[in-house]
Amino acid sequence: MADISPAPLTTSDGRPLKAALASAQARAKWRAFLLVVPLLLFIVLTFLVPIGYMLQRSFQHDGFSANVPALAAWFDANPGVTEPDEAAYKALVTDLAQMQVDKTPGQAGTRINYTVPGTISLFKGAARKAAEMQPPYKDALLADSAQWGEPKLWAAMREAASPYTTDFYRVATDRKRAADGGWERGSDQERIYIFLFVKTFLLSGAVTVICLLLAFPIAHLLATLPMSKSSLLMILVLLPFWTSLLVRTSSWIAILQEQGVINDLLVWMHVLGEDGRVRMVYNQTGTVIVMTHILLPFMVLPLYSVMRTIPPSYARAARSLGATSWTTFRRVYLPQTLPGIAAGSLLVFILAVGYYITPALVGGADGQLISNMIQFHMAKSNWSLAAALAAMLLVAVMVLYWLYDRLIGIDRLKLG
Amino acid sequence: MALPTYASPLEKVWHYTYIVICVAIFFFLIAPIVVVIPLSFNAEPYFSFTEKMLSFDPTGYSLRWYDTLLTLGHAAPDGPRDGAWWERAWETSTWIKAAKNSLWIGLWATVLATVLGTIAALGLSRPEMPYRRLIMAMLISPMIVPIIIIAVGMSFFYAKACVSPDSAWFTLFGWALSSKGCLANSHLGVIIAHATLGIPFVIITVTATLSGFDQSLIRASASLGANPRTTFFKVIMPLILPGVISGALFAFVTSFDEVVAVLFIAGPEQQTIPRQMWNGIREAISPAILSVATILVIVSILLLTTVELLRRRSERLRGVTPR
Repeated sequence: MADISPAPLTTSDGRPLKAALASAQARAKWRAFLLVVPLLLFIVLTFLVPIGYMLQRSFQHDGFSANVPALAAWFDANPGVTEPDEAAYKALVTDLAQMQVDKTPGQAGTRINYTVPGTISLFKGAARKAAEMQPPYKDALLADSAQWGEPKLWAAMREAASPYTTDFYRVATDRKRAADGGWERGSDQERIYIFLFVKTFLLSGAVTVICLLLAFPIAHLLATLPMSKSSLLMILVLLPFWTSLLVRTSSWIAILQEQGVINDLLVWMHVLGEDGRVRMVYNQTGTVIVMTHILLPFMVLPLYSVMRTIPPSYARAARSLGATSWTTFRRVYLPQTLPGIAAGSLLVFILAVGYYITPALVGGADGQLISNMIQFHMAKSNWSLAAALAAMLLVAVMVLYWLYDRLIGIDRLKLG
Repeated sequence: MALPTYASPLEKVWHYTYIVICVAIFFFLIAPIVVVIPLSFNAEPYFSFTEKMLSFDPTGYSLRWYDTLLTLGHAAPDGPRDGAWWERAWETSTWIKAAKNSLWIGLWATVLATVLGTIAALGLSRPEMPYRRLIMAMLISPMIVPIIIIAVGMSFFYAKACVSPDSAWFTLFGWALSSKGCLANSHLGVIIAHATLGIPFVIITVTATLSGFDQSLIRASASLGANPRTTFFKVIMPLILPGVISGALFAFVTSFDEVVAVLFIAGPEQQTIPRQMWNGIREAISPAILSVATILVIVSILLLTTVELLRRRSERLRGVTPR
């Protein structure tokens, strides 16, 4: 019997078809990828590199290490020694004298100050006198201030002698130096950063819930009205979306402040007395109201696009089978809107957690969020601490973003 | 939305309550934007409606806060308003300078974001694109990562991103950099930052438009003898243009409204409208802010209308393409 298995298929130039297809597909892949390359490079340079740089700064501070060559050498030579000897004090005095010449005792003191408060003036004071100090240096320094003998100061200096440190993360999670040189949790009054993170998450959660409660009815209305009417009403949702954030914030200040529109109206209607005006802005209330207004469209749009796809016949079927309108809503309609609720809530929460402008302008003293604390430390030149706080916020947002991508898919994000 | 005939009285009551609730929420959305318009015509330096305004007394209204926009920073604001006065206003008035900066930065940021974003979106919507999900997530992240983090990172990086003022690079790019040759405090730095922030919007709108794009049109065009360039300009571009333009408008608005990055990386030479408003709100809040706000509301209404018209056109075009 003749062999009927066909010869392998080839292209006109004699290559096997399979190989030709594979190489053509690889080429197509490359061509698609090459189109993305310019933007990818741009984003890496303008976005990822700066953020990487910031992360590096959160682990690095050379204000102390760059100014204490002699002391660093002593620390290297005596690993694990907690009780400084005369040689250590001699090295410290040498470095302090050099700092006075270089005008850098402030830098060194600032670095130590993060872990042992009150050391900026200690360093500045000792550096001024360092040149005149006579051996024994230990007694000379202790005569300047007894603080120089404290183990926790020496533990802090040993750690700061290396430019790389996790101290800023310790500070950013509210831990402080204990008397024995280790780290301990701060007392409840001192836990400002953790408290602020918790507050940021709680406020963002509150804004998300209020947004959901407000967005649900109007998204439902928009989804059930005929197209011509709903696209008209949609403009009312999209206009705030397109209006400058600062415009909306300033107009809310005009509305909510003590001499503002609402208070004037209430006084005019004799609901409030002239001296009973309510302060609704420059505090937490103001932050929540304005953030809700600004983030509401981000909740309405995903909800609307999901509700649009829910066939009204399901609700009618449920009713005809004897369900009450409440049961129909709870058991039939609401479960179908869950993808929209998840998408909208996650998006609003992510955006709220990192909010800066609104709390800064209308937050007053108690409406500030973690972003504002980062800005505060940037303005005070506490760059490494600001970077550490920013890195912690970044991790939180990245987790939420990953969740969003897993649950909803980032390519489903729509605008208007 | 009509009430079904079988609705019980209780359901009828609920139905009308529901409509009232919806009206109230729409009022909440839109009232803050509308209220600035009459307030900006206030004759008094107050942030609220005066008695005269409420009784529609013409003397309660004035254009004085719009006039401030011309005179603030003007060297001789009280002089006669002749050609020279206007020329000086154009050169020296704080708000006019801010507007020029905003438009200039916004324009170039938009061009940069739109060109790079559209090309990348074309690659991303090809079915054979490798690692699409990862790359897409990366390109959209400037929209998700809090602006303060981006601004902090950029301010660290831009302070280091310098060329030496003696080098050849400075002769080439010095005009776009700060006097020290750095990206910090330079127009170029702000343009790059704003382009980065605008890119996610371009990617989202253009890939959304391309998702309805029939890829076989490209093959059809190639089989009819068009080279890739002709295919791009004659076939792809006309079909995705509405998406590209709305992406560009989104990118422009992002830049035009951006203040945090400007606060961190820009110098006094890059004073933009949002930054000027920011200063105004933080320091002494005067109705002049509201007159700028009114102008910006009108701008946003125009932009929104354009985008809506483009969206409808895009949907019409997509309806023509067979699926």
